[in-house]
Amino acid sequence: MSWVAWKMLTGDRAKYFGTVFGVAFGVLLISQQMAIFVGLMRRTAHAAIDVRDASIWVMDPEGKNVDEVKPLSDSDLYRVRGVEGVEWAVRLYKSLARARIDNGEFRQSILLGIDDHTLIGAPVKLVAGSLADLRRPDAIIIDRPGYRLFWGDGPIVLGKTLEMNDRRAVVVGVCDTTPPFQTFPVMYTRYSQALGFAPRERNQLSFVLAHEKEGADPQQVCQSIRTSTGLAARTRSDMIWFVIEFYLRSTGIPVNFGITIALGFIVGTAIAGQTFYLFTLENLKQFGALKAMGVSNGRLVGMILLQATIVGCIGYGLGIGMTSLFFESTQGVTALMGFYLPWQVAVIAAGAVAVIIVLASMISLRKVLILEPAVVFRG
Amino acid sequence: MVASVIDQPSTAAPVGPSTEVCVSCRGVVKEFGDGESRTRVLHGINADVYGSELTLLVGPSGCGKTTLISIIAGLLYSTEGDVILFGTPQSQLKGSKLVQFRAQNVGFVFQQYNLLPSLTATENVAIPLLIQGQPRSKALVKAREVLEAVGLGSRANQLPSQLSGGQQQRVAIARALVHEPRLLVCDEPTAALDAQSGQVVMDLLKRVAVQAGRAVIVVTHDSRVFTYGDRIIEMADGRIAEPGSTQH
Repeated sequence: MSWVAWKMLTGDRAKYFGTVFGVAFGVLLISQQMAIFVGLMRRTAHAAIDVRDASIWVMDPEGKNVDEVKPLSDSDLYRVRGVEGVEWAVRLYKSLARARIDNGEFRQSILLGIDDHTLIGAPVKLVAGSLADLRRPDAIIIDRPGYRLFWGDGPIVLGKTLEMNDRRAVVVGVCDTTPPFQTFPVMYTRYSQALGFAPRERNQLSFVLAHEKEGADPQQVCQSIRTSTGLAARTRSDMIWFVIEFYLRSTGIPVNFGITIALGFIVGTAIAGQTFYLFTLENLKQFGALKAMGVSNGRLVGMILLQATIVGCIGYGLGIGMTSLFFESTQGVTALMGFYLPWQVAVIAAGAVAVIIVLASMISLRKVLILEPAVVFRG
Repeated sequence: MVASVIDQPSTAAPVGPSTEVCVSCRGVVKEFGDGESRTRVLHGINADVYGSELTLLVGPSGCGKTTLISIIAGLLYSTEGDVILFGTPQSQLKGSKLVQFRAQNVGFVFQQYNLLPSLTATENVAIPLLIQGQPRSKALVKAREVLEAVGLGSRANQLPSQLSGGQQQRVAIARALVHEPRLLVCDEPTAALDAQSGQVVMDLLKRVAVQAGRAVIVVTHDSRVFTYGDRIIEMADGRIAEPGSTQH
């Protein structure tokens, strides 16, 4: 009877495609908006995500997030280095700087000053230039979207100059990074150089990046740093979540995206549910005839669930496909760079489809289950 | 000529080609609703339906014909009394047993055909075999054979929407017979057809459906088809109107 269920479902092409696209549209809305949301949240934590070689971040305990920090003193760096279990600790400077190019155009930029000696915190993926060149005087490495923003499209030419805080900076490399939340250009330079590019303050050390000794537990080392220095110490993943949670708490982003995702769910359920319900209503006589001919309620439930599952699977495939296509085709768009479809979102969307399908089929099932087979004799 | 043989109670010996009682209604009462809105539709029906015959159940609209065949076919339960189907009291067949009994022993022909619109004629005819769990390929072969028997072999791959009303009803008859049921229940099979198509359908029922050991009940108020009945049971106001009749 599965075959009969399949034929009944696909017999009316308009209704079949209507139901499938109802689910597909719902999946597209849910998965695309969730993926954008996840991408935006990732962007807020871009700095922590891109520093791959340090497992521990130390900052002032009053710091709200990675962009709102109270600078540390140099002595704090030495205190961290002295904590039991710390293998090494280096400086990281992070602030906003106004960069100006030759034609007078300027952009607010994210300036990252990494340790002069070790270059820990440097970008992982260079698309032009060499990391070693960062040791040259006035050297900076800029991210690709930043380079395009200043100097437009066309081949990348190293040696371009810009000014920050009336000091000349020379582009020695172009890199790919996790795009930042604010979509500002990201510039890497040495810590000592960064202090010159930024307005002078008494303390300028934004973070201390550290790493635990081999075999030590990073969480344990963080606890030791907190106890010994009174500073805030977090593992890399905790730091990422610390920043993300700040944005979740302090902005309307989750609420707004939540509303769109809920709408996707409701629209998907409504379209699929209504079309499926109408489909069942219009086939009620046929279901009655099948019941009269000896198809049990259990078998009818199986047939309807099979129809719903087919609609759900095809709709889900189309919806997720459209979402993937969206992210694949927008990879080159600067504003959408770095957004992608995480597998977790695909799984959640699948769960949502399962709920949509169960709801849609339950409405229809009730009609069929209470249907008296004798209805077939009523003209 | 119409001669009386309707049992009220069933005492008279039938004068048909067969004396085998396939369906026996004993004091069948059916009530709908509860409390003050309770309505008695059937008032203690006693009637026998014989094998190898075509029995017509006739009477005006609202007299209880449909309710009675619904009970005989196992689609409704009687409030009182019982129906003996091929020696088995229906009261012993509850739930899934009754569903299974219907699937194996009863064929249906409906007034509005009730063919599945997205299935071809052959596929529609194959449904009772699929319900019984036969493999699809085997069921389709058998369905094709029965379609040939009802003269629709050339229309086997057409959808119901591509067939005339008479042809659809013939497909429905093929579907009702494909699993060789012992009881065939037809509800107003000619009501939606013109006179010529109606005759074709009744001819077919008489020629193909009526077989040894099979009881065929046709509910109708179309007087043009009365001549096809081996036996006529006439109902009025939920009762057997007068002693039954046979015509041969």
